[in-house]
Amino acid sequence: MSRPESAAEIAALYQEMILDHYRRPRNKGTLANPDATAEMRNPLCGDEIDLQVSFAGDKVGALRFAGRGCSISQASASMMTQIVEGKSTTEIDSIRTRFRELMLGDVTAATDTRLGALRALSGVARFPARVKCALLAWNALDSILVNRRG
Amino acid sequence: MKLRTDFPLLVNDARLHYLDSAATSQKPRVVLDAMRDFYETSNANPHRGAYSLSVQATECYHRARLDIARFLGVADADTLIFTRGTTEALNLVAASWGRSSIGPGDEIVVTALDHHANFVPWQQLAIEKGATVRICELTADGKLDLDCMKQLVTSRTKVVAFNHVSNALGTINPVSDIVRLVRERSSAITVCDGAQSAPHFTVGVDGMEVDFYAFSGHKMLGPMGFGGLVGRRELLEKMPPYQTGGDMIEFVHDDRSTWNVLPHKFEAGTPNAAGAVGLAAAVAYLERIGMDRVLSHERSLMALAQARLSEIEGLRIYGPPVGERSGVVSFTLEDVHPHDLATILDGEGVCIRAGHHCAQPLMRRLNLTATARASFYVYNDEEDVDALLAGIMKARDIFGYVPA
Repeated sequence: MSRPESAAEIAALYQEMILDHYRRPRNKGTLANPDATAEMRNPLCGDEIDLQVSFAGDKVGALRFAGRGCSISQASASMMTQIVEGKSTTEIDSIRTRFRELMLGDVTAATDTRLGALRALSGVARFPARVKCALLAWNALDSILVNRRG
Repeated sequence: MKLRTDFPLLVNDARLHYLDSAATSQKPRVVLDAMRDFYETSNANPHRGAYSLSVQATECYHRARLDIARFLGVADADTLIFTRGTTEALNLVAASWGRSSIGPGDEIVVTALDHHANFVPWQQLAIEKGATVRICELTADGKLDLDCMKQLVTSRTKVVAFNHVSNALGTINPVSDIVRLVRERSSAITVCDGAQSAPHFTVGVDGMEVDFYAFSGHKMLGPMGFGGLVGRRELLEKMPPYQTGGDMIEFVHDDRSTWNVLPHKFEAGTPNAAGAVGLAAAVAYLERIGMDRVLSHERSLMALAQARLSEIEGLRIYGPPVGERSGVVSFTLEDVHPHDLATILDGEGVCIRAGHHCAQPLMRRLNLTATARASFYVYNDEEDVDALLAGIMKARDIFGYVPA
């Protein structure tokens, strides 16, 4: 890719909301009795996400994550836990698909209100080396949901 | 030293500050020209044809081996085996010497400073053979703990693997002390990963007295996919081939084969002759500069970078003092993750490495998942250090945001 030439692209990447979730992650910690857990590692850089989920019927109940990594991976995890909490797996599938499109640079996704706060991560699409960071927590959730479906 | 104009990529992008030479170096025009010239004037399959063009290609390949061996301080050029690079060279030793020499109960000593390329092959060999890997730990300032190594190396030890220079911290390891220590305590072979030493100072492989020394051409101004292994002749001659096929055989019977002489026994298939020609041009270029000047140039840039980085509050530098390091400054900045730092620096045209540097055992011991690493080479200058510093200050500004 070409080098990000503008300060605006860097500013778009590191929006205040992302830095806020990085500094004050939501749902960080562990659940007493999770129904499922998943560990994801980015072998390129060593970023870590450990995700714990408890289910309420067909909906995701509580989620907690632990991990270490860059602002994008940790903020994305924090934001993900907020948006998927209380949603059905079908709803989550559709959000996840839309979020992946956002990461691939789909401009319509950047204004899709279904993505809520996740739209703050739209700047990541300009940095292909960082897309994996933003998807790390989603890949952890994906592996939990795939296992649950059996 | 003003060599930037010798490097087309750096000329083409005047704004670029390339500080990731420990990952791979840029290539001077003379290397690119030499490879192009080989393909335009001498290209044929070496060691094959009866026609003069093939003989010419063979001579180019052979001459390159002599030039590279001389540069590395290797008198017996046939003990220099060409490989894809350090990783393949180390895998060759682990697979060929290792599989035929290691058994249950044997011990292999590696170090916490090693790159995965000199760690994982031994770990996997140990798993396969029921052997045990022992890990030499570090001192607080990121050097090998030789007292620890003394305790680990015993008559059970069959291999001691270590790097000459750590890619993650830049630590220069005392090879002669290690070799002496190993010899006093065991009959183990020594395997030295030279990927980060051959590019930066005169190594004198024969004088190091290690049994195997591996290196990569692409980190020393040569092309990617080309490097080598220097081995002790007695060991290489006894070792079984690593790969089999064309060029490495002496005679193929229906039910068995015999092997070609060194170095061909370990170079199955059509060789990367253009790679050899390119690396020979690279070492000639380095020799024209003089390896003493290469080292002093890097040291002065490192000292400058270190002094200025040390002034930044919240910035922590890892590894021993500048005088005991080669080419690398590894650091972290407060809670600005190295990845974020690298992205912001990229916006300023500054290329640094962020991550675990293929040294996860080391990162675990430092209780880190990643560091930022700036590495220096012949084409870098003070302006690159200025740009690095400016980018770091910018990252601090961006991350200076404090939630209300």
